[in-house]
Amino acid sequence: MALVVLGVTLVAFLSVQFVPGDPIRIMLHGRATDEVVAAIHARLGMDRPLYEQFLSFLWNAVQGDLGESIIQQAPVTAIVAERLEASAFLLGYATLITVVFTLPLALVAASRKDRPVDHVIRVGGMIGFAMPPFWMGLLLMLLFGLTLGWFPIAGYGKGFFRHIVHLTLPSLTIAIFLTPILVQSLRSAMLDVMTADYIEVARAKGLSERRILMKHVLRNALIPTITVLAVNIGWLLSGAVIVEYVFSIPGLGSLLVRAVGFRDYPVIQGLAVVFAMLVVIVNLLADLAYILVDRRVLRR
Amino acid sequence: MSTYTTASSTLLSTRISREMALWPLSLKIGFGIVGTIVVAGILAPVIAPYDPFFQDFTAALVPPNLEHPLGTDMLGRDIFSRVLYGIRIDMQIGFLTTYVPMIYGVALGAAAGYFGGWFDTVVMRVLDIAMAFPFLVLIIVILSILGPGVQNIYIAVFLVAWTMYARLARAEMLVERNKDYILAARALGYGSGRIIFRHALPNIVNSSIVFSMADFVLNILLVSGLSFLGLGVQPPAPEWGAMIAEGRDFIFQAWWISTLPGLVLVLAGTGLSLVGDGLAQRFGQRQQALL
Repeated sequence: MALVVLGVTLVAFLSVQFVPGDPIRIMLHGRATDEVVAAIHARLGMDRPLYEQFLSFLWNAVQGDLGESIIQQAPVTAIVAERLEASAFLLGYATLITVVFTLPLALVAASRKDRPVDHVIRVGGMIGFAMPPFWMGLLLMLLFGLTLGWFPIAGYGKGFFRHIVHLTLPSLTIAIFLTPILVQSLRSAMLDVMTADYIEVARAKGLSERRILMKHVLRNALIPTITVLAVNIGWLLSGAVIVEYVFSIPGLGSLLVRAVGFRDYPVIQGLAVVFAMLVVIVNLLADLAYILVDRRVLRR
Repeated sequence: MSTYTTASSTLLSTRISREMALWPLSLKIGFGIVGTIVVAGILAPVIAPYDPFFQDFTAALVPPNLEHPLGTDMLGRDIFSRVLYGIRIDMQIGFLTTYVPMIYGVALGAAAGYFGGWFDTVVMRVLDIAMAFPFLVLIIVILSILGPGVQNIYIAVFLVAWTMYARLARAEMLVERNKDYILAARALGYGSGRIIFRHALPNIVNSSIVFSMADFVLNILLVSGLSFLGLGVQPPAPEWGAMIAEGRDFIFQAWWISTLPGLVLVLAGTGLSLVGDGLAQRFGQRQQALL
């Protein structure tokens, strides 16, 4: 894992080296004189050898310093921190809605395997999976925002309650994209569990199907759910980038899109590291969560 | 001579119809949807009632009617014609961004799984690092360096998208490489290249083919998403995502500009998913259809 973190930082650092031409000149749109450009180079240490630059980039990153935005004239860490809350709120809310959708759908699909309901859920999933989040977002805006007027169509709002109101449509958009992927994986995980011996034993004991599903199957299918959630954190984050842009939410995703528009390379670099760290941390948390759900993992 | 060709073509057609008879329903329906869309794209110049770039300001923002089946946009362009031409752009980019990386992804993964050792370690570490980035974020970062546009989307996706295929092929190869037929081929003194590509590949490529259908959908979503963000196909090209983006500012006056191209996108994606689902059933690996 340490290697991954190091590699990710290296990729983020090196990416800017591949910018055709001088990144500083591009950022300043060619309006700067040679002296100004040279001064910025010296201030950012860009005149030093590459390995030295990387070591200081790494050393600073470890200390929580991701450089300075040249466009916004502020430390990248501060800009990111300011926008972290909205993104975290969105991700948490979207995950919650996704799990609420996924569990019953997967349960029904698995227990009615190859019956009409299973097929309906499967085909419905394919349709949901094919819906572009940015398009779904516009549709939800049109329906719930404009026609019904239930939810605001943009922004983040002030205070916990307003956050929930503002982020409902965006979270729903992400959930519609993510749920089909999870339902499919969880369904097959549950089917695996259902063929296990202890389920036969439970059935032989005369437990009701309902009780078997809720107590025995669901609990043992939770580990795969957590895995699948962790594996798909990348898609969750990718969806969030677009959805934040569509709904004008002041989060990391819309910051990334804006930074790309301005070619604000230090911010892009910093965000690349932050996004990759989020993925690594979530996978680590998933590993810890297994232990909570199933203590046998420890003994293995 | 003529009897010979007739005989062989009958044989081929019976083989095709026999294979088709084995197709699950979802494969038939999916194939029908995707086939229709592809044919419509190829025949776009014949079917499209208008030039996709022709602007008629007297007919701007016209809702769907008989003359314009999907309405017109803010510049008076016929959306139906633009959607038809959009098939060429989106399906082509989707196809290339899926199957080009698949070729070297599978080859690399298969080789890594077969040889093991330091080569395997290097490939796996590169995989781990590439997969730590959310896919879209990595593509956006690469595009921010190379600049927006279709050509750079190809470069960005080709750099990143092989990873899933390499992982799948490697996992399958680890199972396959100790089987008897591989050991037999090795005992016969065949070269590694021949064993990997002639013997093992036909047995390990199915999971990648099934995954490629879901990947195809994701790549169409990716390209349209990037174009929606202004990083992909540039206007006035009739790309679906760019069209949805153009209609965004008019969404409350003219809902059809954004919604109808999106609907075609959903149809194409659903068709591809159905093909993937059908192939998974045909290959007997039901659970892997969707990612």
